[in-house]
Amino acid sequence: MSGGLHEAAPGRELHRLNLERHTVNVGPQHPATHGVLRLIMELDGETVTRADPHIGLLHRGTEKLIEYKSYIQAVPYFDRLDYVSPMCCEHAFALATEKLLGITVPDRGQWIRVLFSEITRILNHLLTVVHLALDIGAQSPSLWGYEEREKLLTFHEAVSGARFHANYFRPGGVSKDLPAGLAEQIWAWSETFPKFLDDLQNLLNNNRIFRQRLVDIGIISAEDALGMGFSGPNLRAAGIAWDLRRAQPYDKYSEVEFDIPVGQHGDCFDRYLVRIREMGESLKIIRQALQKMPQGPVKVQDHKIAPPKRAEMKRSMEALIHHFKLYTEGYHVPAGTTYTTVEAPKGEFGVYLIADGTNHPYRCKIRATGFSHLQALELMSKGHLLADAIAVLGSLDIVFGEVDR
Amino acid sequence: MSEATTPEAPTPVLDPFAEALRGLPGVVAVAMERDERILLATRDNLVGLMAILRRDPRFAFEQCMDVCGVDWPQRTERFDVVYNLLSVTRNDRLRVIVGTDEIAAVPSVTSVWPGTAWWEREVFDLFGITFAGLADHRRIMTDYGFEGHPLRKDFPLTGYVELRYDEEQKRVVYEKVALTQEFRSFDFLSPWEAMTTLPGDEKAYRPAEPDPQPKPGAKP
Repeated sequence: MSGGLHEAAPGRELHRLNLERHTVNVGPQHPATHGVLRLIMELDGETVTRADPHIGLLHRGTEKLIEYKSYIQAVPYFDRLDYVSPMCCEHAFALATEKLLGITVPDRGQWIRVLFSEITRILNHLLTVVHLALDIGAQSPSLWGYEEREKLLTFHEAVSGARFHANYFRPGGVSKDLPAGLAEQIWAWSETFPKFLDDLQNLLNNNRIFRQRLVDIGIISAEDALGMGFSGPNLRAAGIAWDLRRAQPYDKYSEVEFDIPVGQHGDCFDRYLVRIREMGESLKIIRQALQKMPQGPVKVQDHKIAPPKRAEMKRSMEALIHHFKLYTEGYHVPAGTTYTTVEAPKGEFGVYLIADGTNHPYRCKIRATGFSHLQALELMSKGHLLADAIAVLGSLDIVFGEVDR
Repeated sequence: MSEATTPEAPTPVLDPFAEALRGLPGVVAVAMERDERILLATRDNLVGLMAILRRDPRFAFEQCMDVCGVDWPQRTERFDVVYNLLSVTRNDRLRVIVGTDEIAAVPSVTSVWPGTAWWEREVFDLFGITFAGLADHRRIMTDYGFEGHPLRKDFPLTGYVELRYDEEQKRVVYEKVALTQEFRSFDFLSPWEAMTTLPGDEKAYRPAEPDPQPKPGAKP
């Protein structure tokens, strides 16, 4: 083959380019990045040698904004952090504010919060599990999951008026009591959900492609997971039985019975299985909450913190003044500092709140769960194929509203 | 907002665990606020202290869940760097606070907990605190080419620049922020309820003794 393409011209050297190594820019507008993740990947052939996530494309300065808002005005920002599990984010802020105010929420309010935290957890895990399936090519589970999620979002809408940005958990309790008949509806749904969960598992658990794509992919050891600041299902999949609902219970979690599913291998499939099992445990908690929930007030009865009823305002001058003062000035929180956490569906969601005695926080640091998990992406996907990196990303359960804040 | 009080110094405690913490190198004070334990430390020996806190089975803080900055412009060392540690074996939390200013770098604890790298990048981005030994000092939250550190108290909420798509240049351009009205900050500290001292009454309500708590990060 003289004079062919692969030979240098006489007197010149042939330059060989290494076409096997290249840098790929994944995102920020790609459905598999679960939002706005820009991922710079260096590939050797199809094998990942470096993964550098660029985050911050959804950064809205939530922490700065909260410093200029009263405590009541700060709550809706938390819905917009992890928009897949809004109520759990509100929960952390409500608990932190209550701790600084030194108030205790009435029993019914605490039970409603437990109930809706668990509904939110199922909402979140349903989305994660079916999106993981979608990321690796299975479409039907996502349609099933979305249909089931719709039923749960109806419950969100019934209590708060909004499907996602609920603004329902407030410092001092919840904004409104459950509407009549909702408890029965949730109970009726809880009778049907195990069947759905079984169907979903039948579809996925022993699916050849699903297993082939997830088992032994993206393994993280318990030691690494601790060092990287993992929490929630991702930490439990690595074999550490750590759940804040059990270890540091808040609200009524000390009075409910549930198990903590733990994985063995720390791979993508274990993270999937832990989430599936957790949905079953959440269902147990939901049923217990519905059974144990007493009648009574749903928020503290101090009108310096919780607003009076609308009907009262029409008749009582004092109630009107309270309402006006609460929604213009808000309440003053005594000076103090707290780091308060909840077991959000994705892991430990924390609020580090510094109050200076005025009506707005001095500093409100939000400890986002996905931030730590995304950081480990390089560690977990190095040496895998590009397509596996997408599976790892899907199994970590990242939401950018929360990571970027 | 001049009446805004800084959080009061938490009460010191005396229990065996606090005593053990106090014996560690670089510890300035150990205190308890409500049920949360706080440890004030010096910058110089931070990595050694954190390594002990992680490895020593008496403490066993395997996880550093969060690193964040706090800005106190009125202090000489204006920044606090706050580490929220968690022990999953002992089910305990500890908050380590280190003081610093715009120039002095805080030792990076990424050698102890590799997961703190991004949190430290975030503190650098939002506060401008540098970390000695942090391999990657790129910005993480703000835009490529952003100037300033937005979570500092002297950074305005509206920022300095805004961006829009320019039809003529066919690209996104940055412009100085133009506000149609000045940013309104309402002062809710009315003399009737929220303020503890009325203007002109400062001497009558002066606290008996100045704060004995040493500043975090102060040189011994």
